[in-house]
Amino acid sequence: MADKLQNIQIRTEALSLHYGAFQALKEVDLDIPARRITALIGPSGCGKSTFLKTLNRMNDLIEGVRVSGKVLIDGEDIYDPAVDVPLLRKKIGMVFQKPNPFPMTVYDNIAYGPRIHGIRNRRDLDEIVVRSLKDAALWPEVKDRLKTNALDLSGGQQQRLCIARALAVEPEILLLDESTSALDPASTSKIEDLMTQLKARYTIVMVTHNMQQAARISDWTAVFMLGEVIEYNRTGQLFNQPREQQTEAYLTGRFG
Amino acid sequence: MNMPAKQALKRRLKRRKRLDLVMRALSFFAAVFSLVVLAIVLYRVVVQSIGWLNIKFLTGTLSMFPEKAGISGVILGSLLLMVIVIPVTLILGVATAVYLEEYSRRSVLRSVVQTAIANLAGVPSVIFGLLGLTVFSRFLGLGSSILAGGLTLSLLVLPLVVVSSSEAIKAVPLFLRDASYALGATKWTTTWRVVLPTAMPGILTGNILALSRAIGETAPLVVLGIPALILRSPRSLLDDFTALPVQIYYWTLDTVLTPEYAHLAAATILVLLVMMFVLNGSAIVIRRKFARRY
Repeated sequence: MADKLQNIQIRTEALSLHYGAFQALKEVDLDIPARRITALIGPSGCGKSTFLKTLNRMNDLIEGVRVSGKVLIDGEDIYDPAVDVPLLRKKIGMVFQKPNPFPMTVYDNIAYGPRIHGIRNRRDLDEIVVRSLKDAALWPEVKDRLKTNALDLSGGQQQRLCIARALAVEPEILLLDESTSALDPASTSKIEDLMTQLKARYTIVMVTHNMQQAARISDWTAVFMLGEVIEYNRTGQLFNQPREQQTEAYLTGRFG
Repeated sequence: MNMPAKQALKRRLKRRKRLDLVMRALSFFAAVFSLVVLAIVLYRVVVQSIGWLNIKFLTGTLSMFPEKAGISGVILGSLLLMVIVIPVTLILGVATAVYLEEYSRRSVLRSVVQTAIANLAGVPSVIFGLLGLTVFSRFLGLGSSILAGGLTLSLLVLPLVVVSSSEAIKAVPLFLRDASYALGATKWTTTWRVVLPTAMPGILTGNILALSRAIGETAPLVVLGIPALILRSPRSLLDDFTALPVQIYYWTLDTVLTPEYAHLAAATILVLLVMMFVLNGSAIVIRRKFARRY
């Protein structure tokens, strides 16, 4: 299935993850292409979000998590002890399920990342803020509200602010963890449009519960079940002619 | 439903309504009772200080003669105590809370420390006075100076500050920390730039309440051996001093010999009460102004 895959940026080899005694991921091998949208789908608790969080090591923050196997990003094992985790996370942006802007102004939210990585110059920061907001298709709506508290924005705007905040540290990869599930349809479609634009420059991996969404915007889709990838293929093929019975059952709603 | 059953239900309903009334009245009187006591105290204090609480009293210095006595030095003593207590408890208390909540792993040791701190908050203040006497006055040779008093009071309220700061830090939602880590922030950056600013209103509220407890404390300062009557205002943090509650205590003690001292004590109580109202009021204002929104 992976034979047609080219330009692989993320590769996992026998990636397993345990929460205490529970094994959430079972020897997952997955190749994720650069500058494409890869969707991870599957029933609740199947490990797709857990898998996503191994890619930027957010699982490190949870006590009792053990990871084995490899995650290679641009050929480098990110679980190597020599890896600088903050630097890794700068390279791999993440947008969460619930919009989580900081309780600060719109400007300070975007500038947060650049600032912690050492950019102090006001003009540089201004430029980054404007560029990130434009890239996240939020600029026209907030250009006169840069000094308002980010919590005063609507839910959809807050989520695009979070995308802009992630873009501000110039990542190469964007991870989206069900990032539209808390939003209304109009906001969701705005973010979907945004993703199809952003994939020209970023590798996007998204977890979604919305199969139509996966079908609409992703290039590749991986189906997770009980901690394993049961099928991985081009999205069109996977949705039209699933090879596995379980995939078909899940896609047609008989399962999950 | 048949008639007898209906009547029984009616009776029960009546009884329940009666009970409701009784409980309502009981709780109302309980509330009124404490208010009445407070009102009586306030009334007595105000009446006794009439004619005594004036500019001369506030700006004058202590004197052997009640009519000439003023408490500027005493007020200064209490203010200087705050100058020590505020930074010491804020820095030590918040740092401890940050360690407990952000850095320490979940372990037996951590829960032991947390329980110990929570229990320390209930230790009688005299004991802290003895601790201060041993460590600061004797061992460090600070005597009964403002520094010794301030450090002793800081120890006394530190557990309160740690507990309230911990609560404020715990109330900062995890998703804000996640957002910061996902951008490549370290733990300290996240703590300093996201967690502490978000928790600050809660931390300040707890600190101010602890401070108002500290400036009302008498026992630990008495244990430190503060002289009963000083005629001079303190010039530095190493000078001997007296503070509002201590002065109230000594004047009240001496009322037997000099009845006028009762009026001086009452006037001083009013001054102390005003300071505490201001502190507690500002805590409420801060809490209102920065009500949590996420």
